[in-house]
Amino acid sequence: MHKSLRWKVILIVTVLLVCVYGIIGLPRSTSELVANLKKNIHLGLDLRGGSHLILQVQVQDAVKAEAQQTIERLKEELRKAGIDYSAMDRNDPQSIEEADSIQINIHGIPAEKSSDFRRIIADRFPVWILTPVNSTDYRMNMRPSELAALKADTVERCIRTIENRINGLGLSEPVIQQHGRADAEYEILVQLPGVDDPARVKQVMQTAALLEIAEVKGGPYSSPEQAMAQHGGVLPLNTRLVKMAPGHGEGDTWYLVSRIPVITGRDLRNARPGRDEFQKWETNFTLTQDAAARFSRFTEANIGNSLAVILDNQIRSVARIQSKIGDSGRITGLANEQEASDLALVLRAGSLPAGIKTLEERTVGPSLGADSIHQGIRAGVIGLIAVVSVMLIYYKRSGVNATVALLLNAIILMAALSYFGAVLTLPGIAGVILTIGMAVDSNVLIFERIREELRAGKSVVAAIDAGFKKAFLTIIDTHVTTIVSCAFLFMFGTGPVKGFAVTLVIGLIANVFTAVFVSRVIFDLELSSKKQVATLSI
Amino acid sequence: MQLFKETHFDFLRNKWPFIIASLVLTVAGVGSLIVKGGPRYGIDFRGGALMYVKFRGAPPISKIRSALQSKISGNISVYELTDTHEAVIGTELKEERELDAARNIMRQTLEATFGQGGGKLDFNNATAEDLVARLRDPLLRAGIGLSDQQLQSLARAMLDFKNTPPRSGLIDSFDQLSSVPGVTAGVISVLKQECYVAPFSVRKIDVVGPKVGADLRRQAILATLYALGGMLVYIAFRFEWVYGVAAVLAVFHDTIITVGMFSIFNKEIDLTVVAALLTLVGYSMNDTIVVFDRIRENLKILRRESFPSLINKSINQTLSRTILTSGLTFLAVLSLFLFGGSVLHGFSFALVVGIIIGTYSSIFIASPILEFWQNFMEGRKRMAAVAVASGRGPRGR
Repeated sequence: MHKSLRWKVILIVTVLLVCVYGIIGLPRSTSELVANLKKNIHLGLDLRGGSHLILQVQVQDAVKAEAQQTIERLKEELRKAGIDYSAMDRNDPQSIEEADSIQINIHGIPAEKSSDFRRIIADRFPVWILTPVNSTDYRMNMRPSELAALKADTVERCIRTIENRINGLGLSEPVIQQHGRADAEYEILVQLPGVDDPARVKQVMQTAALLEIAEVKGGPYSSPEQAMAQHGGVLPLNTRLVKMAPGHGEGDTWYLVSRIPVITGRDLRNARPGRDEFQKWETNFTLTQDAAARFSRFTEANIGNSLAVILDNQIRSVARIQSKIGDSGRITGLANEQEASDLALVLRAGSLPAGIKTLEERTVGPSLGADSIHQGIRAGVIGLIAVVSVMLIYYKRSGVNATVALLLNAIILMAALSYFGAVLTLPGIAGVILTIGMAVDSNVLIFERIREELRAGKSVVAAIDAGFKKAFLTIIDTHVTTIVSCAFLFMFGTGPVKGFAVTLVIGLIANVFTAVFVSRVIFDLELSSKKQVATLSI
Repeated sequence: MQLFKETHFDFLRNKWPFIIASLVLTVAGVGSLIVKGGPRYGIDFRGGALMYVKFRGAPPISKIRSALQSKISGNISVYELTDTHEAVIGTELKEERELDAARNIMRQTLEATFGQGGGKLDFNNATAEDLVARLRDPLLRAGIGLSDQQLQSLARAMLDFKNTPPRSGLIDSFDQLSSVPGVTAGVISVLKQECYVAPFSVRKIDVVGPKVGADLRRQAILATLYALGGMLVYIAFRFEWVYGVAAVLAVFHDTIITVGMFSIFNKEIDLTVVAALLTLVGYSMNDTIVVFDRIRENLKILRRESFPSLINKSINQTLSRTILTSGLTFLAVLSLFLFGGSVLHGFSFALVVGIIIGTYSSIFIASPILEFWQNFMEGRKRMAAVAVASGRGPRGR
């Protein structure tokens, strides 16, 4: 054997071994082989079943919350500095697009205090741009850079919270990641393999889980109007009306509670499901040290008053403070164990900084997934057998070259997907089919070229040489053209289109290797084993 | 074995019937698109809910439709997938807000129409969690004590059995489960008492909000156009720009005709069809480049030959390759079409059509464009020559 030829064979065998290892590992039994195969070839949700969700973070919620907080802080600062004002409010953006229009309006700052006021804003609120409307009124808008940072941070916190919550549910291999353009779309992609009914997961993901414990200042009332009437049409300072969660007695019940909660979700150390003395489900929580100290001081001072446990702006329970309460509390009146443990989970995972809206939801049931895999494999095998038999009949001995090249191509493609951790989806299979088509084409191009050269009267060796050389140019042009188009598809396409592009590019690169290099080496091997070559089986 | 040794078909002389046929198909397709106000987008691109439901027998299409019509406003489409007993139910979705509701209403309506009341759990549409929660206490009462983990894996094994082909999501009676390890006569009698088997199983639900739909549509179209542009530039760089234009026009012709066909036959275009179209583009482009490559090569060797005869020669020389490759690829795709199952059906159909059109367009569309261009250039040259000659004429006389 020629020396360079030996190195080529070694290279091919090495590539083959590395690829086979990438696909099936080192199995010691059939069951292990199947397990490794399942582990290495990641099938997309469309093939194996599962749920795919695209969520949109309502970033305007976070922007509004920031503005509200700023208003509270500013009021405090102005009070400390002795600056009067007549009113302070903010606008109320309703959609993501309007989030940038957030604005705080400050009315009635005395003209003689205007320079003090400006200094406070400049020193204490650098995030905001202050613009005078007239001599006593001002408006504040958020700096664009800060707005962008706030929105990006909101999306990130949402992703983290959702991740925590989903991990708490114990699902296998969930994917939670940013989707689309980070600066304008605020979307999150959630993929849950094997979940065929995402209703519960969605419930867990979308609960804001905003927990507050606040003092009850009045109530119960049967309607907000009744509450207003009892207080002469104006709510007392720093109070708000909150509705009781449905399921507690007949009709709506409202309570007047303090605007400033004693405890919020941030003060929780832990939460877990449990049962009360009547065997009803509830969620118990414990407070951090700081919060526990604060809570026991507060309860000690307010014995006889009532506290309301408010979850997502609905009162879950109201209880009279009988004695000093330490570091724990509970949310009662839950329907079943699942509700209790889900609530504990979301409380542990923390609250979402903004609302979540579902934009897209795709569910493939496990039976369809199983069918797709089964039928896909069957179709693939039948197709491959058909193609290979035609090649063997048409090109006889040389058809073996093509078959080896084709199989090696498929193996390299699978191995590359496994090594890159890429996911094989339906559009990905489209890419595989085009790859197979082009791989067959490369072989056919070469063989037809060799036949032509043989017809023109060239010797076998010269014909093979010329055939490969001339077909090579064509193969490079067809492949590079397709790879160029894949580059664009990858850059500008969405998920499925990208999947197509990725498998196709890998397949084409593998194909240049197998059809041009490997097939040539097999020819050379055959030629080198004979002294005189008069005929070629092609 | 050899199908074509040396052929000498005069493709260019016989091009007109084909070009006219192409024009007719294109005009018909584009006409249909215009009349129907654009392609018929699937819910991927339009926003809506789509549900695949497998039934035990032939799906009762009209019953499904009338049941849903009373619950959901807007257009409802219900059709049957051939030979898999599956019904495809589609509804519109105008706003993201309706997204959660749409899914639930569809499921509940199916349950109410084809299910069986009485508070029993439908085994064919239950999740493992449902099953565990439902069976835990009754199993205990029946004297079958299982740990939580054992119960979980039992539920999962039963569902796996139900989901694997040939059952594919539907069992007819609980007695079928007796072959599942761990399922005893006791378990089956508890199952019969707590659950029932509905005659349908929901296989797939897609709910896409209108915003995502519009985004997907825009991005798919943009990506394809950019990809075509990229190919044009590369071919122009490797050959001449007119080759790039001819190749892209040929591919464009294939896409327009295929999309037109979808419109004429009222088939929906969804993401899978887009994947098929991309494959078609790749395939057709490959075919065209092979022919062009031969023309480029022959231009160097056969300098004496007229351009049309050179094109003819190149097509003939690559003909056996073209037929063989198309035939083999066609075989692979045909196998996918016949055995690939319902998910791959629309996709492989587009490819079966696409391969035929793609092969044909390289010969009868892309190559004639080169010829037209050559004639046009020569015509201009001759005009220029004539102008020069006539300009000189009087002086010579």
